Amino acid sequence: MKNLSRHIVQITTLLLLAGLQVQATTLKVCATCPNTSIRKAIALAKPGDSIVVDGGVYREGTIDIKKPISLIGLNNPVLDGQFKGEILNIRSSYVTVQGFTLKDVEVSYLSDNAAIRVAEASHVKVLNNKIENAFFGIYLQRADSCEVRGNVVHGQATTESGSGNAIHLWYCDDIRVQDNKVSGHRDGIYFEFATNSHIQGNLSQGNLRYGLHFMFSDGNVYMGNTFRQNGAGVAVMYTKNIVMQDNLFEDNWGAAAYGLLLKDISRSVIKNNTFKRNTAGIYLEGSSKLDVQKNNFENNGWAVRLLSNCEQDTFRLNNFVGNTFDVATNGNTVLNYFSGNYWDKYNGYDLNKDKTGDVPYRPVSLYSMLVERVPPSVMFMRSFIVDLMDQVERVLPSFIPERLVDANPSMKRI
Amino acid sequence: MNKIIKYVLYDIIRNKIVLAYTVFLLVLSIGLFNLGGNPEKAVLSLLNLVLLTVPLISIVFATTHFYNSYEFMELLVAQPINRKKIFLSEYYGVAFSLSAAFLLGVGVPVLLFGASLTGLYLVLTGVFITFIFVAMAFLASVITRDKAKGIGVALLLWFYFALIYDGIVLFILHYFSDYPLEYASLALTALNPIDLGRINVLLNLDVSALMGYTGALYKSIFGSIWGISLSFGLMLLWVLFPVLSSKRIFSKRDL
Repeated sequence: MKNLSRHIVQITTLLLLAGLQVQATTLKVCATCPNTSIRKAIALAKPGDSIVVDGGVYREGTIDIKKPISLIGLNNPVLDGQFKGEILNIRSSYVTVQGFTLKDVEVSYLSDNAAIRVAEASHVKVLNNKIENAFFGIYLQRADSCEVRGNVVHGQATTESGSGNAIHLWYCDDIRVQDNKVSGHRDGIYFEFATNSHIQGNLSQGNLRYGLHFMFSDGNVYMGNTFRQNGAGVAVMYTKNIVMQDNLFEDNWGAAAYGLLLKDISRSVIKNNTFKRNTAGIYLEGSSKLDVQKNNFENNGWAVRLLSNCEQDTFRLNNFVGNTFDVATNGNTVLNYFSGNYWDKYNGYDLNKDKTGDVPYRPVSLYSMLVERVPPSVMFMRSFIVDLMDQVERVLPSFIPERLVDANPSMKRI
Repeated sequence: MNKIIKYVLYDIIRNKIVLAYTVFLLVLSIGLFNLGGNPEKAVLSLLNLVLLTVPLISIVFATTHFYNSYEFMELLVAQPINRKKIFLSEYYGVAFSLSAAFLLGVGVPVLLFGASLTGLYLVLTGVFITFIFVAMAFLASVITRDKAKGIGVALLLWFYFALIYDGIVLFILHYFSDYPLEYASLALTALNPIDLGRINVLLNLDVSALMGYTGALYKSIFGSIWGISLSFGLMLLWVLFPVLSSKRIFSKRDL
């Protein structure tokens, strides 16, 4: 009996709560509505309400959101920051911001002004917004369980010091960053101490520094993203337990450009990615216990630059096609493992037809060692003597690290 | 002078070696363009070929031609014709015919399959290389009356520029690798026309971006109009120096 009454109480509370949800009102903001100001509408709104903004341009300075409401833009309303401070400052959980165009955020060297800032909140959704000409685009700090999806962030950065990041996460957990397009900022996507997050289907291109940049951000999953033509490609550092899968790294060219730079990354999986036309496909420094498999390396300068302070990295079932240098290293200690990759430069044979070559392949050429040690010798690329040297060295290896070898190279592209 | 050039040309066309050379280049370049599919890659492969075979064939053909037409030259010297004119006509005759063969064999396929600025540089480089190595052949030929010795010197010159020089420079770069060598190595390339031509074409191909910091530096130098004109100017010097010095030797020495 006691039990039953407790159940009834619980059910009535639930029903009451549901009733509250249904009663959540919708406030409208537009040029001809009773409400013409977003700020006022927010002041009037109760937790759980929605505010629908229909068209128009709003110049209301920094708008603070301190209660759980939905701010929904219809017919592309514009929030103009007029280069004064920030635009949306979200300091409450369960807030949704959707369908706005935000533009003109002040560049400041003292504070990181953002078009949308989410601070100390959870379950915030930032969906389908367009951000133009902002210092920082979307800035999440000490947030968790948030979603940033379908936004287009386009900046007009000219210098690294005078520009911010498109999507910036600092001390966050369990964030979903999905289907965003970011360009023209310092870093496209920047994570610092952001953990257990999911980054999927984003396009990051034409940023001054890195397309993706993260540090101390363990346990993240990066899937199906495209990083293209960024100043220095993608750089990730001091992190463990990440998964990078089905991403495309392309056209990161120039003196300091990498497809993917890994520094002190460990226990991670890099799988099914494509590296096309990068100065260096993957550059690994101090990285250990990585599983690099089934990636495509096509037409890169260096497909893999593996510094000798890396250990226990495994390269399996990758395709190396049309790269100037397949693998380069800077020393003779090799503590990594190559197996079953396809190398287009491999000229061995397969007598027993098991689809693996009978002769081991040495992906490091003498010339690549020389270039690593004496960069100016790069000007002898494709000269007769270099070809000759490499052929001789391949037959009788004496300078190239003897243990850096793929013992069973694949005869066919994987 | 035009008349002598005409006779030299007739003579060259009659012995069919130049014709064979044209066909050889034509088959190779058409093959390369149809094999790879990507015209840029074909230009790259063609570059390797041009830098190896064109100097060799130019220098060997020009040396043998010079010695074979020794009697003809002696005959002309007996006439009231300036020796310089005789020498230059011989030079122009050989250089023009070999360049024409090159233009037909490589220039036309490049124009048809891979017409681009890089293609143009490749063809220009090839023509310059032809002129340079014919000039070197003539220099080797006027130094000695002995045909075997002349051909030996010519072959040695080819070997030096195609292979040995690069080896020496690589050794120097390696030995002095503690010093900043970017500009020094740039200066060293100017001392070898084959390197000059290779870098000129390579840096105008997209692969240059893949060569890291040093590549970017070279590209910023060679990529500009100024750099390109400088490198072709250097190649012109490489033509003029052996031609003028061998002309001087030829007009002074006892035939």
